[in-house]
Amino acid sequence: MLNYIWFGLMMIALIVGLINGTLTEVTNAAVNSAAVAVEIALGLIGIMAMWLGIMKIAEKGGLIKILARGIRPVARFLFPEIPDGHPAIGAMMMNITANWLGLGNAATPLGLKAMDQLQSLNPSADTATNSQITFLAINTASITFIPMTVIAVRAELGSANPFEIISTGIFASTCACIAAITASRLLQKLPSSRASNPMRNIKSAEKVVEND
Amino acid sequence: MIDTLTTAATAAVSDPLFTTIMKGISNLAIPFLLFVIVLVGFIRKVKVYEVFVDGAKEGFDVAIRIIPYLVAILVAIGMFRASGAMHWLVVLLSPATDLISMPAETLPVALMRPLSGSGTLGIVTELMNTHGPDSFIGRLASTIFGSTETTFYVLAVYFGAAGIRKSRHAVASGLIGDFVGVMAAVFICRIIFG
Repeated sequence: MLNYIWFGLMMIALIVGLINGTLTEVTNAAVNSAAVAVEIALGLIGIMAMWLGIMKIAEKGGLIKILARGIRPVARFLFPEIPDGHPAIGAMMMNITANWLGLGNAATPLGLKAMDQLQSLNPSADTATNSQITFLAINTASITFIPMTVIAVRAELGSANPFEIISTGIFASTCACIAAITASRLLQKLPSSRASNPMRNIKSAEKVVEND
Repeated sequence: MIDTLTTAATAAVSDPLFTTIMKGISNLAIPFLLFVIVLVGFIRKVKVYEVFVDGAKEGFDVAIRIIPYLVAILVAIGMFRASGAMHWLVVLLSPATDLISMPAETLPVALMRPLSGSGTLGIVTELMNTHGPDSFIGRLASTIFGSTETTFYVLAVYFGAAGIRKSRHAVASGLIGDFVGVMAAVFICRIIFG
C-alpha cells in the first residue's frame, strides 16, 4: 500500500505542480524535506543513546521482565504471537505510558527499542508481523491527555479557556486508538494479509520459544 | 441526561487542576523512572555504567537506520504540500463534510493530520487566527490536532528502526484510526460546543 501512496503523492505533486506552475516550489520542497529528514534522524541520536542505555540497565536489572509479566493478560490478547514475559512487552508498555504522559522525547526511543525487540521475533527481515502492525497502530493513534502544543497556541491567541479542548481531545483520540487497534486486528485476517504474514508457518508463541 | 453527564465530565477534565496534576505527573515521571531503574539495577549488582554505555551504543545505529525511510516519506509529503494539490483535494471532498456537519474550513486540518504535524499546526493556527480560538471551527480544529499522531512520520520512524519495508496492512490501520479520530472529534465537538 505504501508503494501506491508514495507513487500517488509524488505523481500528483509533479502533475499539479506543472498545472499550477508551482514546479519550482515542488523541487525546492523535495530538496529541503530530504535535508530535514536527516536533521530529524540525527537529532534523535543523543536522546536515543540515553534511553537505550537506561533501558539496558532496566533489562539487566529484571525490571522489564516484571513489567511484562504485570500486563500479561492485555498483552496476550493484543499480541498473541509474543511469548509470555518477552522483554518486547515491557518496552512497549513503557512506550505507551510515556505517550500518555505526553513525554514524546522518551516515547520515541522506547518505542523504537520495542519495535526492534519485536523484530527479533520476526523471521522476515523486511516484512512487518501482526504484532509490529498492532504496536504501530497504538503509536499512530496514541491517546493524548494533554495536547500541550495546541493549548499553547490557543492561549497565545487569547482563548478564554485554552484547556477546554482537553476532554474532546481525550474522547477523539481514544476513539481513534480503539479504531486503529481494531482495524489492525481485523485486517490481518484478510487473505492478502495472511499470505504476507511472515509468521504464517509458525503456529503459536510456544513454537517460537522452541525454535530459539 | 447524557448531555448533563458529558458537560459535567468536560468541566471536570477541562479544569486547570486536572492539567496541573497531569503536568505534575509528567514532570516527575522521568526522574522517578531514572531513580527506580538505576537503583534497582545497582542493588541487583548490574554494572550500571558499563551496561549503560553498552546500550547507548545502539542509539547511533538506530538513528542512522531511520534516515532512508524518513527521507522517502518526508520528500513525497513535502512535494505534495508544495504543489498545492491539497487545495484540489479539499474542493473534491468538501461535499462530504456537509453530510457530517463538519465546517468545510476544518477539512484541510483533517487531511493534513496524517501527513505533517507542523503543517497541521500551521493550518490550525491560521484558522484560529481568522475565526478565533473559541469559535466552533477553532475548537474543532484544536480537537482534531490532538486526536491522532502524524501517521506517516510514525510509520517511517518506527518501521525504519526495525528495517521493515513491507508494511502490509499498517497504513490502512493507521488511516482508519485517523478517520475515526476526525469523525469522533466532529461528533463530540457538536455535542459539547454546539
